[in-house]
Amino acid sequence: MADDLKVFRTWSSPFALRIIWALQLKGLEYETIFEDLSQKSPLLLQYNPTYKKVPVLVHNGKPISESLVILEYIEETWKQDPLLPEDPYERAKARFWAKFIDEKLSQSVIDVLLTEAKEQEEAVPRAKENLKYIEEELKGNKFFGGATIGFTDIALGWTANWLPLIEKVTGIKLIDADKFPRISEWMQNFCDVPVIKANWPSYDKMVTKIQGIREKCLAPK
Amino acid sequence: MATTDDVKLIGAWPSPFVMRARIALNIKSVDYEFLQEQLGTKSDLLLKSNPVHKKIPVLIHGHKPVCESLVIVQYVDDVWASDQPILPSDPYDRAIARFWAAYIDDKWFPSLSGMARGPTEEAKKAAYEQVVEGLALLEDAFGKCSKGKPFFGGDRIGYLDIALGSFLGWIRVTEKMGNLKLLDEAKTPHLVKWAENFCADASVKDVMPETDKLAEFAKMLMAKAKSAPPN
Repeated sequence: MADDLKVFRTWSSPFALRIIWALQLKGLEYETIFEDLSQKSPLLLQYNPTYKKVPVLVHNGKPISESLVILEYIEETWKQDPLLPEDPYERAKARFWAKFIDEKLSQSVIDVLLTEAKEQEEAVPRAKENLKYIEEELKGNKFFGGATIGFTDIALGWTANWLPLIEKVTGIKLIDADKFPRISEWMQNFCDVPVIKANWPSYDKMVTKIQGIREKCLAPK
Repeated sequence: MATTDDVKLIGAWPSPFVMRARIALNIKSVDYEFLQEQLGTKSDLLLKSNPVHKKIPVLIHGHKPVCESLVIVQYVDDVWASDQPILPSDPYDRAIARFWAAYIDDKWFPSLSGMARGPTEEAKKAAYEQVVEGLALLEDAFGKCSKGKPFFGGDRIGYLDIALGSFLGWIRVTEKMGNLKLLDEAKTPHLVKWAENFCADASVKDVMPETDKLAEFAKMLMAKAKSAPPN
């Protein structure tokens, strides 16, 4: 029986992109359902009642939510083009860094976007400190996954899109090629991967969106 | 047995996160040295092994550190693969277990903390309501995961049992000190029964702290927090 795969996403969700990348890297076919989060479809609410968010992967009618959980599911179900290393210690490291990216790194980077003046001045070094851990972990490898992208690269991938956008909107450059040579190179290599290059959302639409997110957050209540 | 390499666990007896690692090691019958941190200080070994978070638990296996409790549990399951699997074998069941474990850590546990640490009485009450709501979701998840068996993992303790069960000591302390019920015969009957089974399990009973001892520890922490000089 052919697999029936559906991805619920929005055009801009960086978490949904992780799923798109993983499915395409494994050569899998899927149907895309674009959601309007201001008017969530009954199907989305049925498939993800806990969070009511995207992305959701539906495989033969069975839904899975939370991007890192979905990635592990894809990895375990379709064994071609593995995203996780075989060695248990390396797998643990990949999972550790993915968690760090989602918990500590993301918030500190978004804080730079969502603040101004003194608050922003304090947010910048915090974001850079977290980026420094990533810089050290790259250790001269092309990708976290080695020669090809893997789980951690996919988890970090949204930064290759969002950091330049945050710079455009706030004027703050978090990744200075002098201070972060490895991340700078990683971003270029990552963006050169065909599956990555093919799936970025429209730059102009993203600038408008991110600007909107910032303005909404900073607007007086 | 997969390996005879040295296994150490840096932790502390009250921590539910540390307990997760201990339960996983016990399930696999792995001998390990338990290095307990002293409250208020962080050992050089901890700082060296977990420089990013500087937190317990840290598993050190053959000198290689593994951090983050659920990452450790999966690592233990991967390394000592032949004995007593912790994650289910079916990828979809694994995804469900991982989903709820992530929910417990990302949403539910912060609410449990919020019951004690909320800045206002209102915030604490809101946290309580979220905890109760979460337990209702987990009661429902239990029905689907256990398929009539005693544990989320089925006949034996698994990943999601460990993820939630590690909080039972603190759930009981919260109930005792707040004079309220979180696990309720009327609202979460399956979880009440599950909690009994979990705590009685061979891999859990020696590492689950007694409620009284944990309550004393909690009181001591609260006293410390109140008397600490403001930053």
